Amino acid sequence: MNKPIDYNAMPDASGHFGNFGGRFVSETLMHALDELQSIYDDVKNDPSFRAEFDKDLAHYVGRPSPLYFAERLTKKIGGAKIYLKREDLNHTGAHKVNNTIGQALLAKYTGKTRVIAETGAGQHGVASATVAARLGMECVVYMGAEDVKRQSLNVYRMKLLGATVVPVESGSKTLKDAMNEAMRDWVTNVDNTFYIIGTVAGPHPYPQLVRDFQCVIGREARQQCLAQEGTLPNALVACVGGGSNAIGLFHPFLSDDGVDIYGVEAGGLGVETGKHAAPLNDGVPGVLHGNRTYLMEDENGQIIETHSISAGLDYPGVGPEHAWLKDLGRVKYVAINDDEAMQAFRNLTLVEGIMPALETSHAMAYAEKLAQQRPKDEIILVNLSGRGDKDILTVAKIDGIEV
Amino acid sequence: MSRITEVLQQCRASGRKALVTYIVNGDPRPEVTLAAMHALVAAGADIIELGVPFSDPMAEGPVIQKGHERALVHHTSLAGCISLVGEFRQTNRETPVVLMGYANPLERMGYGAFGTAASAAGVDGLLTVDLPPEEASKLKQELAQLNLDTIYLIAPTTTEQRIASIVSLASGFVYYVSLKGVTGAGHLDADSVQQKVTEIRRHTALPLLVGFGIKDADSAKAIGACADGVVVGSVLVKAMGEATDQSCEDICQRLTEITASIRSGLDSLS
Repeated sequence: MNKPIDYNAMPDASGHFGNFGGRFVSETLMHALDELQSIYDDVKNDPSFRAEFDKDLAHYVGRPSPLYFAERLTKKIGGAKIYLKREDLNHTGAHKVNNTIGQALLAKYTGKTRVIAETGAGQHGVASATVAARLGMECVVYMGAEDVKRQSLNVYRMKLLGATVVPVESGSKTLKDAMNEAMRDWVTNVDNTFYIIGTVAGPHPYPQLVRDFQCVIGREARQQCLAQEGTLPNALVACVGGGSNAIGLFHPFLSDDGVDIYGVEAGGLGVETGKHAAPLNDGVPGVLHGNRTYLMEDENGQIIETHSISAGLDYPGVGPEHAWLKDLGRVKYVAINDDEAMQAFRNLTLVEGIMPALETSHAMAYAEKLAQQRPKDEIILVNLSGRGDKDILTVAKIDGIEV
Repeated sequence: MSRITEVLQQCRASGRKALVTYIVNGDPRPEVTLAAMHALVAAGADIIELGVPFSDPMAEGPVIQKGHERALVHHTSLAGCISLVGEFRQTNRETPVVLMGYANPLERMGYGAFGTAASAAGVDGLLTVDLPPEEASKLKQELAQLNLDTIYLIAPTTTEQRIASIVSLASGFVYYVSLKGVTGAGHLDADSVQQKVTEIRRHTALPLLVGFGIKDADSAKAIGACADGVVVGSVLVKAMGEATDQSCEDICQRLTEITASIRSGLDSLS
């Protein structure tokens, strides 16, 4: 028999997850990344850093977030029990804040006075603006001009929090272009600026440290499931854009062989149409934004425009650890279309009184499909990664209603 | 000896400061690039740096980003850049051509396939902005066998220890990025460039070229004074952007004027 994989041993010393990950950036940023890695290596096992992080998660974020049995939804679907890890109840309304709290603490250790962030749906931008406000730091958020339009509520929230929101007009005007622009800012202002990357992508050590900060989700969920049901879940489901909420839930369960794990990508108009944001389903390995991972690109290696109803999943790449887990076969990556996600949004809102983010609705849609196929005594644990308030204008538009 | 080494040694021997000019292949239209390369050489460029367009050029300022976007409208590819160099070589066997781009088109083509095609076409070197030495060892191996130079960047933030390890891997020349920022940025400081250049020279005898932020005869002269030469890009790409509706001859004329002026700035040093 093969030796079991030590999931905690990844990434390796050079920041790779097998063939994926790494540090593909211009030379100007290499020193800043070395510095970040050295600070992170110092603090990650430092009890006082952990204590400060845990204290903020408890008293500022409001953790632990509940593990909620969605009993009416379960009855309606008529299969396995559906449990929701309620990250939507965190301060600022999504899992993103777990990571920004952690990175803000790191920023403090580095002595930088200015933070920047990229954002798609705006949740990470809001979470970054929030921690910046709390620390009295200048905050600049880059956001694709297209996303600025479709997530105007979050744009205003960021402004209220004192952040400067810069609409990015280049390329496809979405998350990937916001990330390009944030990188350009960082390369220019590297002396005083800390870049808070919002997902488990980017150059090493970001995929590692963002994962470590988000793993609180999976650690809590594991304990809660054992306490409430006396057993581990049979399956985990989470949506995957860059993949931070997913890796946060999945990672503490990777060595539990009995737990099936599903990552749900944005199928857009359908994977077969090419108009989607599902690189793990329909992409190839390549290099973008500092890491090697699966990408959506054309035959010349140009990154192609993605499509998803949800701005937070509208990204042509994915975190390198997901790419590695896909190739290992440990996690199965599936896709859910815009229409299916919308249906799941309506279902959960009407049946449980919980309005999920459109990103999260992709995970819900797949969980419903999975629950139908699984026996009633099984448990499916879904990461309810964010709340849907930010999306009501998008939904209203689909319904033809002017709010 | 590689063509790059040969040309830079000649420059050194004759006291000439090397001028490297950057344009993006396919910008603003594919048929302009070959003529533009010849025009740059005629106006005094010693090395041509040919930008390989990429959808996400993270290290570029707005001017060169737009150049990439204009080129991509015409679906300019890495394979197309290589065959263009082949065409250039039909009439020019002396001027080195360095391809400058990003890792992903290279990954897509495959390092081996790239090396073989590039070498056959007469490409002399490769600079991949987002491929620092730590991630470039496989590519370097492929290219070294084919006598293609791998050009690495050194930045103001590069520590002395990294400088030592980068120059030990470099061949052809060392490219010093003169400022913290993207291409075409406006805050060049000749004194700090001079300091860093002195530091780099302690570790290598390779020719040292400086780029980012050099836009005219004066800045070329200021930077050229402490280096083996300069790299000029944004000012040429900006001219392309202003001339999208002009004839190929008019565009080449404009590039010639800019290049000749920078050339005269550099020549005033010798």
